[in-house]
Amino acid sequence: MTLETAGLHYIGVREVKGSLMVIENVSGVGYDEVVEVVMADGSKRSGRVLEAAKDYAIVQIFGETEGLDTQKVSVRFTGTAMTTPVSIELLGRMFNGLGEPIDGGPKPMFEDKRDINGAPLNPSAREYPNDFIQTGISAIDGMNSLIRGQKLPIFSGAGLPHNKLAVQIARQATVLGEEEEFALVFAAMGIKNEEARFFIKEFEDTGALERSVVYLNLANDPTIERIITPRIALTAAEYLAFDQNMHVLVILTDMTNYAEALREISAAREEVPSRKGYPGYLYTDLATIYERAGRVKGKKGSITQMPILTMPDDDITHPIPDLSGYITEGQIVLSRELDAKGIYPPINVLDSLSRLMQKGIGKGKTREDHKNVSDQLYLAYSEGVKSRDLARIIGEKGLSERERYFLEFANQFEKKFLNQGFYENRTIERTLEIAWEILTVIPKSELIRIKEEYIEKYYPREVRVEEER
Amino acid sequence: MSEEIGIIDKVSGPVVWASKMAGAEIGEVVHVGEGKFIGEIIRLAKDTAVIQVYESTSGVKPGEPVYRTKKPLRAELGPGLISSVYDGIQRPLEVIREKTGYTITRGVSIPALLRDKKWFFTPTVKEGDKVLGGDILGVVEETSLVQHFILLPPFMKGEIKEINEGEFTVKDPIGVIQTKEGRKNLYMKQEWPVRIPRPVKERLRLVEPLLTGQRIIDTVFPIPKGGTAAIPGGFGTGKTVMLHQIAKWADAKVIIYIGCGERGNEMTDVLKEFPELTDPKTGEKLIKRTILIANTSNMPVAAREASIYMGVTLGEYYRDQGYDVAVVADSTSRWAEALREISGRLEEMPAERGYPAYLPTRLAEFYERAGRAILLGSQQRLGSVTIMGAVSPPGGDFSEPVTQHTKRFISVFWALDKDLAFRRHFPAINWITSYSQYVEILKDWWVKQFPNWYRDREEMLSLLTEASRVEEIAKIIGESALPDDQQLTLLAAYLIKEGFLTQNAFSEVDSYCFPWKQSKMLSIIMEFYREAKKLISKGVSIDDLRGLREIMGLVRMKEKKTSEEIDEIWRKIKDKLEQLAKKEVEVIL
Ligand SMILES: Nc1ncnc2c1ncn2[C@@H]1O[C@H](COP(=O)(O)OP(=O)(O)O)[C@@H](O)[C@H]1O
Ligand SMILES: [Mg+2]
Repeated sequence: MTLETAGLHYIGVREVKGSLMVIENVSGVGYDEVVEVVMADGSKRSGRVLEAAKDYAIVQIFGETEGLDTQKVSVRFTGTAMTTPVSIELLGRMFNGLGEPIDGGPKPMFEDKRDINGAPLNPSAREYPNDFIQTGISAIDGMNSLIRGQKLPIFSGAGLPHNKLAVQIARQATVLGEEEEFALVFAAMGIKNEEARFFIKEFEDTGALERSVVYLNLANDPTIERIITPRIALTAAEYLAFDQNMHVLVILTDMTNYAEALREISAAREEVPSRKGYPGYLYTDLATIYERAGRVKGKKGSITQMPILTMPDDDITHPIPDLSGYITEGQIVLSRELDAKGIYPPINVLDSLSRLMQKGIGKGKTREDHKNVSDQLYLAYSEGVKSRDLARIIGEKGLSERERYFLEFANQFEKKFLNQGFYENRTIERTLEIAWEILTVIPKSELIRIKEEYIEKYYPREVRVEEER
Repeated sequence: MSEEIGIIDKVSGPVVWASKMAGAEIGEVVHVGEGKFIGEIIRLAKDTAVIQVYESTSGVKPGEPVYRTKKPLRAELGPGLISSVYDGIQRPLEVIREKTGYTITRGVSIPALLRDKKWFFTPTVKEGDKVLGGDILGVVEETSLVQHFILLPPFMKGEIKEINEGEFTVKDPIGVIQTKEGRKNLYMKQEWPVRIPRPVKERLRLVEPLLTGQRIIDTVFPIPKGGTAAIPGGFGTGKTVMLHQIAKWADAKVIIYIGCGERGNEMTDVLKEFPELTDPKTGEKLIKRTILIANTSNMPVAAREASIYMGVTLGEYYRDQGYDVAVVADSTSRWAEALREISGRLEEMPAERGYPAYLPTRLAEFYERAGRAILLGSQQRLGSVTIMGAVSPPGGDFSEPVTQHTKRFISVFWALDKDLAFRRHFPAINWITSYSQYVEILKDWWVKQFPNWYRDREEMLSLLTEASRVEEIAKIIGESALPDDQQLTLLAAYLIKEGFLTQNAFSEVDSYCFPWKQSKMLSIIMEFYREAKKLISKGVSIDDLRGLREIMGLVRMKEKKTSEEIDEIWRKIKDKLEQLAKKEVEVIL
């Protein structure tokens, strides 16, 4: 973010409340304009106008406001909305949450400065995403396929291996038949130093760092900056995708910290909250982040978004995951229960969804039976989970034959299909092969979500011979 | 031109306060700031106006001007609406893309109807004819599916002095009318304020189903032409897919699809699919009867608020031409949230969950615009508007204000169920909590063609209710501990769910299901149940029944195209059932 336009200077701070500052006797201040605050000790903060009136302005300050002496600060209005520099030189670099270099390198040369809020994509200019990304992870590729240009978040819980999963996806993601690797834009909001280091080390080890741009707002960095970080990151991503024709994968973590920062500002403004203290506009605000993904007609590049959020109390109905799920194109949900069983990745497929899967898979893309097999796995696994619940009450012995084979299916599904190594990269064929294998645990007549011709064609041979006998 | 200009006092997000606005009216459209961003006056106190701005207000400063237009927010009505994509205040998004590229830049003002496009107008009135508001003046072939009738605007009245056939743009006069106030030019274009319902002569009872080709709707919870429905559900339960299905297959003449605060790609999906898909009845491309309003979640919130009024106004305009129109809105919750956001900025006293106290009134006004009616004009003509709205309750909890209030104003309720969606039972419409208040009326239509339809439907619903009771028991003692007749109930319920209720929107054959097929599938499954029940009561065991592989044919009927193929499935099952019955008789003997 740059503050270069010379602007109006004011000394006249009336009040500071949390991260908000009320400035009096100003005029000609624009809504959303960037403000530079010079503290008594000469240090600087930046801020943004939240409300502009005839004779006062409310400014949201990024950075520490503690110990701020209203008598001794001066304020400069820059006359522009917040921008961030973009150029191809961003690649391989690391920045703080406001976009200032923190890797010891020089300020990158920039080609352009862009408004960090972007501008909404014209819906009629979008190109529908339909290229299947093979992540090598069966639960995703087989049942919740990631599509290039999709926004697919990971809904996780504290202590679950969402970082590992995100890193594995970033490492293994390929579009079949294409050489080009994804450029990575990584934005950290309020995560621990150690977590951030895990990502960076991983990018280093796989050689991805050269094609990455990293923005870090860590747990001990100013909370309010978190409002800015994902927007700067997405502005960079848009530049790389739509000016430089790259396929960009954006990882945003942790969106829960982002939403909490937003709540903090809303509370300081004494706005009427909606649920759990979060502002009524949380949906709209999150949408201005998540909708910055996709493809554009006539452009080669794309933005695939993978936000990570930890669900407070593992509660998927909490406003943050809830509103996210209403905006994103599906969700990958991690389960504490599966994790406790030692299953990696502990993806709860029943809660998970990929809304773009339908049009990105099938004949000519993955395989003709893919969707049917996925639907069948869903049905059978949910039956199996039901049987398991029942068995907890009446014991396995009390189960009917049907309930028993579904239970067995659920076990095999978790052991053989879900469970895989951190370095195991399965092809989509292998994923479907495993699926057919475990589907033989239930009778053929139960395969009601699969077309008869596909059963004919793909049902495993050995078992087929056995059945015929 | 004596322009009246106000001055901005304060800017807070999409809301702007301006003074020197004496004489303005609530609902008046204004242009805000140097950038002339479009806004609408929503409050007035003395000479101060509160304005909601339909574009981003970033950079707008106190002291900048507010230009008045002295007109309310209007829709432009005329040929060229069909196949267009508009934002919430009817700016043509395709045209904007050609002009400003792939993002939506602020301050663009482009009229909704193309100004230079010529349409061939054929008059249906002649000089000397006396005409009333609503009367048809002539016709334009708007698309190969829609004959666009040019109407005399409501409340106008007079004698045709001149009327011309030929090619005209929407700006060219097509004739002259002598009214009490004097002579006036006639045009193919008219305007209407979006927040005011277009008038009709008389509202009528609803009698005919709006067929959607979706079994859970048409057969189980039907909606009439002119009716209102809500489809509430948590994220991922299938609201959008269902509304897309309705937009694709409903037997309405014109479809208005309002994407209100939802995903951009869902609009793209419609834009990509509809030009390719063909209408099962006419064989024409679906886009030729569809208008899209796309105000996605990342587009300005105030325009989202306006979008549903815009959509329904366009709907009413085609109704007035004598058509059945279906308006679908995804999602009305996002509209309600836009209301809430604006209300919050005004620091109004909130009612429940921060929503303003007038939320129910606004909802009622919206759904009230649905209906079937005798139209204005000297001839007896009919038309209808059906409104179907998605509701997105936070946490999927239906006790929240938008769902609850909506329920008061609609008569068909398609309640989506997360558990069904989890197991990929789609459409995930819950058969216990959903309802249609029109079954008794619409059954006449069905029974005339399919005499068993009503009885089968009733029996199916009571069977499903019974099954959910039995399931509760089975959850405690296990299915195998149940008596055979109860196990049969579960088996039959399973066949209904998998064979009849589930319908894959993406299946080539089953995406649309004809009425004959719906009634046939249902009657076969119910017939199976009746026969099986007899067998069980005669002592045939449930395991013998389950052992019949042929039964699974019942879940494959939906994939069959012809009546014969379905009959064949049933014939095979019937044979087996007869064999079982015989075997049983032999055992007894
Ligand atoms: N009728 C249907 N047939 C097949 N799949 C469906 C159907 N309805 C929903 N789905 C599946 O569920 C997903 C979510 O549906 P969607 O309508 O987008 O949910 P919502 O709008 O309620 O969030 C879709 O992407 C699709 O995979
Ligand atoms: Mg939806």
